[in-house]
Amino acid sequence: MSIKIINEKCVGCKLCVKTCSFNAIEIVNKKAVIDLDKCTLCGACIESCKFDAIVLTKLSPTDIQFPKKFDEYKDVWVFCEQKKGIVQSVAYELLGKGRELADTLGVELCGVLLGENIKGEAQKIIHRGVNKVYLVDSTALKHYQDEPYSKVLIKLINEYKPEIVLCGASSIGRSLISRVAIGIHAGLTADCTGLDIDKKERLLLQTRPAFGGNIMATIICPNHRPQMSTVRHKVMKEAVENKHHKGKIIEKNYDVKTYYSRTRLLDIVEEIEETVNLTEANVIVSGGRGMQSPENFKLIEDLAKALGGAVGASRAAVDSGWKTYSHQVGQTGKTVCPKIYIACGISGQIQHLVGMQSSEIIVAINKDPHAPIFTVATYGVVGDLFEVLPELTRRFKEILKK
Amino acid sequence: MNIIVCIKQVPDTTNVRIDPETNTLVRSGVQSIVNPFDMYAIEEGVRLKEKFGGTVIIVTMGPPQAAEALREAISLGADEAVLISDRAFAGSDTWATSYTLSRAIQKIGKFDIIICGKQAIDGDTAQVGPGIAAFLDIPQITFVKKIEEIIIDSAPVPQGYGAGKTPEGQGTISGYIKADRMTEEGYDIVESPLPCLITVVKEINEPRLPSLKGKMRAKKAEIRKLEAKDLDADPDSLGLKGSPTKVVKIFTPSPRKGGQILEGEAKEVCGKLVELLKGEII
Repeated sequence: MSIKIINEKCVGCKLCVKTCSFNAIEIVNKKAVIDLDKCTLCGACIESCKFDAIVLTKLSPTDIQFPKKFDEYKDVWVFCEQKKGIVQSVAYELLGKGRELADTLGVELCGVLLGENIKGEAQKIIHRGVNKVYLVDSTALKHYQDEPYSKVLIKLINEYKPEIVLCGASSIGRSLISRVAIGIHAGLTADCTGLDIDKKERLLLQTRPAFGGNIMATIICPNHRPQMSTVRHKVMKEAVENKHHKGKIIEKNYDVKTYYSRTRLLDIVEEIEETVNLTEANVIVSGGRGMQSPENFKLIEDLAKALGGAVGASRAAVDSGWKTYSHQVGQTGKTVCPKIYIACGISGQIQHLVGMQSSEIIVAINKDPHAPIFTVATYGVVGDLFEVLPELTRRFKEILKK
Repeated sequence: MNIIVCIKQVPDTTNVRIDPETNTLVRSGVQSIVNPFDMYAIEEGVRLKEKFGGTVIIVTMGPPQAAEALREAISLGADEAVLISDRAFAGSDTWATSYTLSRAIQKIGKFDIIICGKQAIDGDTAQVGPGIAAFLDIPQITFVKKIEEIIIDSAPVPQGYGAGKTPEGQGTISGYIKADRMTEEGYDIVESPLPCLITVVKEINEPRLPSLKGKMRAKKAEIRKLEAKDLDADPDSLGLKGSPTKVVKIFTPSPRKGGQILEGEAKEVCGKLVELLKGEII
């Protein structure tokens, strides 16, 4: 794909020059000229142009040499991440989407499970509607480690040739699949929030946010198989459980060399202060600079506890030392999309918004009616959070007791 | 200790604001900065040098103006800078970028550790760090929030170590690193032989400000430039041609609109809010 200016339409108005974040456009002889070295094809200029003078040129036929050689690649795979022997919910979400994709393509949906003594979990994956589970059971795979996991997954993919591989965009998923993609020369799209199939071309359409969610990009992988994506947690709906569903378990085993890891996992530390993991939580209550002191976070914690949610914090609160970094939501922290996000005393700088604006419902509590957080809030409360929070906690406790 | 830090120049989104009328990003006049996560990588590299001696070499791939980012890194205490720049690299996805950077690192020479930021704030993929480690066939520790310990200790590579394509001159293990790898629930403590690649998160350190002396040095510093022909790379694996993924469509998501504002006494407002949210929670 490339981008070009239609000179007949360009009037040299410079709107695109101002819009470009990459300083990639200049006006030369009253016409816009795009420096392709700097251009990232983000498309912002296309929208800015009032004269339709900028167009993205489609893929040239040489870009897509279409896949005769890919006939042998079929099936949709979901890498089912497990921790402490339990399959993580993101895997069930991917199985829900995976079923849709597999049905559209007319192929099988398969789970891939690596771990130790986890046949029971393989059965649970089958209950979520897969046709097969590829199971590799070994002491070496008990806990996630980059090298044995990536070597095993590469071997499985090379042997069974799936056309699509999906994996959660978790800390494990992102470390693992990035390594696997290099090993098998496959295309990989990170942190997708939308997946679809172009039926005619039999391509996976992968949509993901970039630029902190301000731009969406749809990405394809025409000339390589499998097509691989990591997918954001909480975006897809979980596959429904059906205990009568039948599927096959295919057990595989590999040699010591495959299981060998140069790195050693010495310990797994769980931070107990965090009752609910932020990326998993259905409700997050977050505090910012407006909380004024670390002690006041008690109000946030109380509400979170009443709602069975997790505690988040803005960068300002973390940088002030009120909360640890693992609570930080936003650009340099975590990206979350819970059902309900309650922002307390958070002004809503763009860096914070990019980390939470895909939440289903946003509640903002802030005393400044002009705080930018209100521009994204489903429900805004202009008021003193020291009055509002305790009252809110009390009321929720009351109705949840019933 | 030979330390390589990979950085990326990105548009500075801190100066971005939202146009209240159109609810879209106002991006005019946005400056380029060093990717924030890479600032922690630079700082960690410089700290390791201060503790163990050696050199910090900063590597970036980008257009010619990415040299500014390299100069900034030098002002912060890095020793050398390498700019990998060529039209042939334009349009690289994470696969091609990892390949190009790994080829350049091979050219630069022997290293004990490669440090990358967790991810870049424009693309947010977090794929290039592990990608480089995979191409170089070295171990990786991602999302490091603390280096617990480094032991410098040369030992021959044990049999069966790696797949036999370890980088030139890397016939030995040069030591060990123990680091905390951030997870969703807490962290893992992982030990890896060196050379290895780590990606770092914000918690690892607090980057220093450039010193006056550093700024002077940065001005004068010579930046080594590597082009496609210098890398002994497969031309079909570079740039758009070498990228398995292609962008087919770019669009702005329909902006999130502000909703209902609840006003009044705390009691009254909370009552309304609980009514509105009740159905979602129970």
